[in-house]
Amino acid sequence: MYKKYFAFPYVFWILCGTIIPIGMIFYYGFTDRSGMFTTANVLAILEPVHRKALGMSLLLSLISTLICLLTAFPLALILKGSRLGRKGFMVFIFVLPMWMNFLLRTMAWQVILEKGGIFNTMLSYLHLPQFQLINTPAAIVLGMVYDFLPFMVLPIYNVLMKIDGNIIEAAYDLGAGRGKVFSSVVLPLSVPGIVSGVTMVFVPSLTTFVISNILGGGKIYLIGNIIEQEFTTSANWNLGSGLSLVMMLFIVISMAILRVLDSKGEGNFI
Amino acid sequence: MKLLRVEKTYKIIAVCGFVLLSFMATLLLTGCQREDEKEVHVFCYGDYMDPSIPKDFEKETGIKVILDTFDTNEQLYPVIKNRAGVYDVICISDYMAERMKNENLLGEIDKKQLKHYKNLDKEYLKLADRSFDRGNKYAVPYQWGTVGILYNKKRVDARDVQSWKALWNGKYKGKILMQDSLRDTMGIALKALGYSLNSADGKKLSEAANYLSRQKPLVYKYANDSARDLLIGNSADLGVVWNGEAIYSKELNKDLEFAVPKEGTEIFVDSWCIPRNAFHRENAHMFIDYMCRKEAAYRNFKYLKYSTPNKAARSLMTEKYKNNPVIFPSKEILDRSEALRDVGPDGDDLYSKYWKIFKSH
Repeated sequence: MYKKYFAFPYVFWILCGTIIPIGMIFYYGFTDRSGMFTTANVLAILEPVHRKALGMSLLLSLISTLICLLTAFPLALILKGSRLGRKGFMVFIFVLPMWMNFLLRTMAWQVILEKGGIFNTMLSYLHLPQFQLINTPAAIVLGMVYDFLPFMVLPIYNVLMKIDGNIIEAAYDLGAGRGKVFSSVVLPLSVPGIVSGVTMVFVPSLTTFVISNILGGGKIYLIGNIIEQEFTTSANWNLGSGLSLVMMLFIVISMAILRVLDSKGEGNFI
Repeated sequence: MKLLRVEKTYKIIAVCGFVLLSFMATLLLTGCQREDEKEVHVFCYGDYMDPSIPKDFEKETGIKVILDTFDTNEQLYPVIKNRAGVYDVICISDYMAERMKNENLLGEIDKKQLKHYKNLDKEYLKLADRSFDRGNKYAVPYQWGTVGILYNKKRVDARDVQSWKALWNGKYKGKILMQDSLRDTMGIALKALGYSLNSADGKKLSEAANYLSRQKPLVYKYANDSARDLLIGNSADLGVVWNGEAIYSKELNKDLEFAVPKEGTEIFVDSWCIPRNAFHRENAHMFIDYMCRKEAAYRNFKYLKYSTPNKAARSLMTEKYKNNPVIFPSKEILDRSEALRDVGPDGDDLYSKYWKIFKSH
């Protein structure tokens, strides 16, 4: 009885924070400026401009997700295998940047990569040729990896640490080599962590507009930038909502694919 | 036990309800006497007046200034349109004033209540009259300025920057800064091609977008506020900058020079307006009148270094500023220049379409 009563604030929260806003996006997305029903806003994703921006977003976010995965997984493996007594501390160090504001961290990269910035000054000090990273897609990928890496490290580390050492020993006892143990025992058991890590990196990278604004110098337009533009300067909330709906679809699809992989739903906290 | 608990929850609900009701009642009560309140709600760009001015106004008139700020016109627009906030005085740019006037969101200004309105230079009132505010009925100009090219005279030929085409010159590859702002940047491309920066013709806009796409490999960055810092720090050699920023930048880097290209440029006029639904109209007029005063306008100039339309304040300036062509461009340049106009929702959509084509090129 009183459990239900305590749930009320959360219901209110979900209503105001999720249901109503999504309803409004649906409303704006399927109407035009005069309030008439239309599907033009959603189908606008097929326009070459939007397709191109979406393609660019997908490409950059896939690359950054892959880099995050390839960085985080070995790290978690090393931590699991090591006899260091400070594993928790190491993870803590990796997650530490999250304590700082995300905008500030991205802006710091801008200062580092700028033409007269620390990075190029260091290169010239070492008599290496300078190269311009800022305002290129590579800089955006770097920003995404730096900002979202902790979201990959944490779930994978958690899952790996939970694997029972006895299972691995049993595999060795039964004659499996290192490679076999990894591919048949460790990797399958860590899928839930990988799945949740991938979602938590892929989804924000796909929709970001801040990173591409700050590190792309306004030269690279991702789908997030287009949606932002529609809501702010162009004042076309309908088109912005329509495109957001398509983005939601993409996110739902990617989560569905990942859910199939992680059929038990262990690592899914989204 | 269970019964008791239920009773308790009812009590809590009752208390919550009472609090809510009394809160609403106070809201209603205060709502009744809004006109007599000694306050004025001002909605203005961030950091757009000398910070001591609201306090001095309060001291003199006893009217409390409640100042909220925004960054772009587009942030202000939905707030006023959807009545998310009720303000007595707002400071907006030319095209936004025109749009809001057309949508019946602004109230007429009673000039009889503005004793210091005569301080404003006729030149700028005429400019407003012939573009965004026919008859000067809805907007009182506050600051104005032009956009031009700020360049490093050691590395850029002064003859080149006499035309916007300098920004398309391969000589300066990787050293050019453009604004990252839809109307302003499209406007420059239109001007460079010899069109009006208010054209809403698909063919011209497409041409402008193509022109900008061609320029993209030459541009170091599309930057708004950071443009001047990149020029001061020698990361770039020439860029599109507002004249107010140019004065500031020249003080920090002696090699910087400002030029307004011969094709003419964009003029912005930011004005004070009174929304139709304002509660304190009289106080709003008093505030606007205060901002038109000689001393107040001069103090704002000293703080902002933007061109002031207040000719009385101009007379107070030192020689260095009074006839400075950066702050007060010649009449010829002004005649060739335009203020941004509202192009309507269809025009906005066209601009947005071609801007996206250029941006994702």
